[in-house]
Amino acid sequence: MLLLILKRIGLGLITLLIVSLITFVGVEVLPGDACTTYLEREAYGAALDACIKRLGLDVPAYERYLEWASNVIRGDFGYSLSGEMPINEVLGPRVKNSLVLASVSILIGIPLAIVLGIITALWRDKLPDIMISTITIFSMTIPEFISATLLILIVAIWLGWLPGIVIIPSDATFYELLSNIILPVVAISMIMTAHMARMVRSSVIQVMASDYVQMAILKGVPYWKMVFRHVLPNALLPAINVVALTIAWLLGGVVVTEVVFNYPGLGRLVIESISNRDLPVVQALAIILASIYVGINLIADLMTLMLNPRLKSLQIRK
Amino acid sequence: MSEIIESVKNLSIGFNSQKGKQISILRNVSTNIKKGETVGIVGESGSGKSTLALAMMGYIKQGLFPLKGECLFKSEDLLKMSSRQLEKIRGRKIAMIPQNAGQALTPNLKIGYQIDEALRLHTDLNKSERDKKISELLNKVRLPSPETMAFRYPHELSGGQQQRVAVAMALAGKPDLLLLDEPTTGLDVTTQAHVLELLRFIAKDTGTSMIYVSHDLGAIAQVSDRIVVMYAGEIVLEGPARKILKEPIHPYTYGLLKSIPKLSLAGLPASMPGSQPQPGSINEGCSFYDRCNLATDNCKKNSPDLEHIKELDTNVRCFNYKELINQNNNLQTSITKKSNNSEANEVLKLKDVSISYAKQKFFDQLLNKISDQNPTVKDISIDIKKGETIALVGESGSGKSTILKSIAGLLETKDGQIKFENDRILSSDLKMRNPNDLRAIQLIFQNPDESLNPNHTVEQILSQPLKLYFNLLGKELKKNIIDLLKKVRLGEFYMSRYPRQLSGGEKQRVAVARAFAAKPDIILCDEVTSALDVSVQAAVLNLLQQLKEDLGTTYVFVSHDLAVVRAISDRVAVLYQGRLCEIGPSQNVYKFPSHPYTEVLLGAVLEPDPDIKPKLVAEDIVEEKPPEKGCSFQGRCPRKIGDICNSEVPPWQIGENGNAIRCHINIEELASLQQ
Repeated sequence: MLLLILKRIGLGLITLLIVSLITFVGVEVLPGDACTTYLEREAYGAALDACIKRLGLDVPAYERYLEWASNVIRGDFGYSLSGEMPINEVLGPRVKNSLVLASVSILIGIPLAIVLGIITALWRDKLPDIMISTITIFSMTIPEFISATLLILIVAIWLGWLPGIVIIPSDATFYELLSNIILPVVAISMIMTAHMARMVRSSVIQVMASDYVQMAILKGVPYWKMVFRHVLPNALLPAINVVALTIAWLLGGVVVTEVVFNYPGLGRLVIESISNRDLPVVQALAIILASIYVGINLIADLMTLMLNPRLKSLQIRK
Repeated sequence: MSEIIESVKNLSIGFNSQKGKQISILRNVSTNIKKGETVGIVGESGSGKSTLALAMMGYIKQGLFPLKGECLFKSEDLLKMSSRQLEKIRGRKIAMIPQNAGQALTPNLKIGYQIDEALRLHTDLNKSERDKKISELLNKVRLPSPETMAFRYPHELSGGQQQRVAVAMALAGKPDLLLLDEPTTGLDVTTQAHVLELLRFIAKDTGTSMIYVSHDLGAIAQVSDRIVVMYAGEIVLEGPARKILKEPIHPYTYGLLKSIPKLSLAGLPASMPGSQPQPGSINEGCSFYDRCNLATDNCKKNSPDLEHIKELDTNVRCFNYKELINQNNNLQTSITKKSNNSEANEVLKLKDVSISYAKQKFFDQLLNKISDQNPTVKDISIDIKKGETIALVGESGSGKSTILKSIAGLLETKDGQIKFENDRILSSDLKMRNPNDLRAIQLIFQNPDESLNPNHTVEQILSQPLKLYFNLLGKELKKNIIDLLKKVRLGEFYMSRYPRQLSGGEKQRVAVARAFAAKPDIILCDEVTSALDVSVQAAVLNLLQQLKEDLGTTYVFVSHDLAVVRAISDRVAVLYQGRLCEIGPSQNVYKFPSHPYTEVLLGAVLEPDPDIKPKLVAEDIVEEKPPEKGCSFQGRCPRKIGDICNSEVPPWQIGENGNAIRCHINIEELASLQQ
C-alpha cells in the first residue's frame, strides 16, 4: 500500500516536471522575451542590454530553467513583470479568493448534487425525477456566460439584492467576501451540480438493478436501510473521481465566471497575465494549476482504493 | 397428508408490450408446497420458472405485474401485502438462495455483517448471541475457519464458498420455506456436487420446505421429492420426482430427458426440433404443438388442461399422454456417431507447450532470464489427427481455454512448439502467421451474444470471412452465404436478421456457420454449448457432428461438462491446473482405471436419475496456482501416496486399453483400487 502511494506520488512529480518543461520551452520559443515585452518601444540599445542583464536573460536557457526550477522548489516564483512585485505576493490573494469560491461551491454543490442524484434515481420516471432532471439538463446546457449574465441582470440590476460585480478589498473579512460571492457560486453550482447529479443518478440506478440489491430486498431489509447500507456506498464510489475533477476545475478553470463577475481569482489571473505577456506569472500559474490537478486526483485515487475493499485487497495481494 | 405451506392459485404474470398488448409470461399456474417437501421447478430459459419462484416471495420484477391469481403463504396473499408486511416475511418465513452468490452479496460489506443483518432483522438475539450464531451458521454450511471468515469480503471467497455464505444467510432467519434459484449453476462440477449435498443435508436436518428452481435435471434429480416441469409459462407436468424422471408422460419432458447427454451412454443425444415459443406468440392450441411428434389436429386448435391422473399421482397437460405411458424404456438410447479413421495423419501437434500469464520483469527480460518457473500451463504434448474430435476437459482454472487461445495464436506460448500440417511450426504470434494458416484454424466462442457483432446482419457476419479469405463478391458471395446457412439448417430469410432477433440456438448456429465459412481444417470450440438450453445443446452437438462427418473437419473441443464431452469426442484429455493428467480414447477415459482427478470429476457428475448419487471423494478446495513441483493434483488427491507426490512429477503410464495416465500409483494397482 505504502509502496503504491509512493509510486503514485513519484508519477505525479514526473508529471509536474514535464509540465514545467513544456511551459518553459513554450515561453522560450515565443517571439520576443520578457525584456521586449516590458520595455515595449524602448526595447533597443543600452536599455535592452541592461534589462537582459538585470533579468539574467543572457545565460543559456537550460541554466535559466535549472535556476528557475530550483527556486520554484524552494517556493520562490521570482518577480512579476507588470508590477515588478514578487509573484508570491501577486498569487497569494488570488489563491485565497479562488479557494474561498471553490470551497463554498463545493460545500453547497456537491451535497446538493448527491442528494438530487439519489432522489432522481430512487423516484426514477416519477414526478420528482422528471422535474429535477428537466431542470438539471436545462442548467447543464445553458453556457455559464449566459446564466451568469442573466443572474446579474435579475438579482443585481432588477431586484438589487446583491452586488453584480465583485469588488473585494484585500483586507475584506470572510463575511464581506461571502455576500459578494453568492452570485458566482450560484452560477458555478448550476453547471457543476447538474453534471454530478446526472452521474450520481445513473450510478444509483445501475446499483439498484444489481443482484445484491434484489437479494437485500428478498432478505427483508427495509427500504431505506437497504438504500443506505447496500446501495449508496457502492453507487457513490465512482463519484469520487468526478468530484476530484470538479474540484480541480473549480480552482483554476472557472475563467468565464470569474471574468463575468470580475472576481479576482486564479482563472482571471491566467487571462490577465497572458494578455499582459507576464510570462513568469504564466509559468508560475501553470505549475500551480498542474499541481492542483495532480494532487487532487492522487487523493481521489487513494480514497477509491481505501473505500473499495475489492481494490484494497487486490493491491495488498500484489 | 401434511400441511400446505404455500399455494399458488391461477397465477398469471405479464407485461405490457410496446404495442399496448398485454403479454403474459406466466399463465394460470397453480401448485402447492407442503411442509418438509422439496419441489423442483424445471424448465428452459424463458419458461417462467424464476418469475414463479420470485412471485412466491411476493416479488415481481420491474416491468412485470400480476394479471390474476394469488400466492397464498399460510393463507395470506403475498401479492396483496404492503412492503412493510413483506419485510416481516422475507428472510424470516421465506428465504432466498440466489443463483450467483458472487453478485448477490453486497461487495462493500463483510460476510459477517451480511449474515448479522439477517439475524438482527429476523431474530431477537443480542450482540454476543448473534456473533455466536454467525460462526455456528458458517460452521453449518461447512466453511473453513468460521471465525475469520466473518471478517472477509465476498470477493475474497471462491464461488463455492460464496454460495455457502448465501446458504448461511438464508438459514439465519430460520425460514419455513427456502427458495433456491439455480443455486449451483456456474459452479464447478465438484463444487456443485458438494453444495447440493449440503442442501440435501440441510433439508433433512431442519425440515425446511424447499423450492429448487433449475434448468439442470441432473441437479433437480438429486434433491427433489416432487418435480414441476414448466414450458412457455405453463406447468406441463407435475408429479413425484422418480416418476417424472423415469417415466415422463409429457412429450416435452420426454424429449428434454432424451436430449441430455449421459455419462453412461456413448453417442449423441437426440435433439428436439425448434425452440420454445416467445411470450405472446401463442394464440391457440397447445404451446408445445410445433415441436411435438405426438401432435394431432386437436392439439393445434385446443389447448389441453392440466389433467390429474390419480393412479400416477401426476398432473399432465397433454391430450395424447397415454401414448407415452408404455414407451419409456427407450429413454436410454442415443444416436451412434461415425467414429473417425484412426489411421489418419496428424494435423496439429502440440509439443511441450507452456504458457504463462506472468509478465516478465523488465530486468529479467534484459538479462534474458526466465522469471516464471511455474507457468499456468506446462508441458502439454498432444498430437491431433485429421478428422478427430479431441476434447480438453477440466474445471475452471485448468488451462483448457488458455491452450485453445494459444493454438489460435491469441496467446503467446512461453515454451514448446505448435506444429501444423507436415510439422510446420506455427508462430505463436498471430501477426507472423500466414493468411492461409489463419484461415485454416477457426474459433467458435462460448457466448454467441458476445461473439456476434450486434450491429451486423447475419449476411454481414457471414460475408466477412468469405470476403477476407476468398475475395468473393456479388452473386457468388450471396450464394455462398445461403449455402452456409443451409448447412447449419437456417433458412435464407435469416440473412437480413440481426443477432438480437435470433434465439440462443440460432445465434450459435450463425457462429458455427461463420467458422465454417473459412473452410477451416481445424475448429476450436470453446464451451460452445454451455450457454445454451439442453434441448438446443443437443441440436448444436448433432449439427457439429454432422458437419464434421461431411467435411472432415478436426475439432478441438473445450468443455467442463463431462457428459457433453463423452457424447461428442473421440479422444479426451483431462487437465488439472494446466497440466495433463490423462489422455486417451473417450470410451476408455470414462472407464477405470483412470487418473484420480478423472475419478473425482466422474464421481461428481449429476445424472438426471434419482438413483445415481454423486460420489464425493475429494475436498472442494480451490487452488490458486499449480504446485511448484510434484504432481499437479497433490493438493486434492484422495489417493495420494506420500512424499513422492509432492516432490516428483509422476510418469506417464499407458493402460492396456490405450489411455495414458500420469500418476505415481501403478496402473494395475489403480485399477484394483477403483473397482
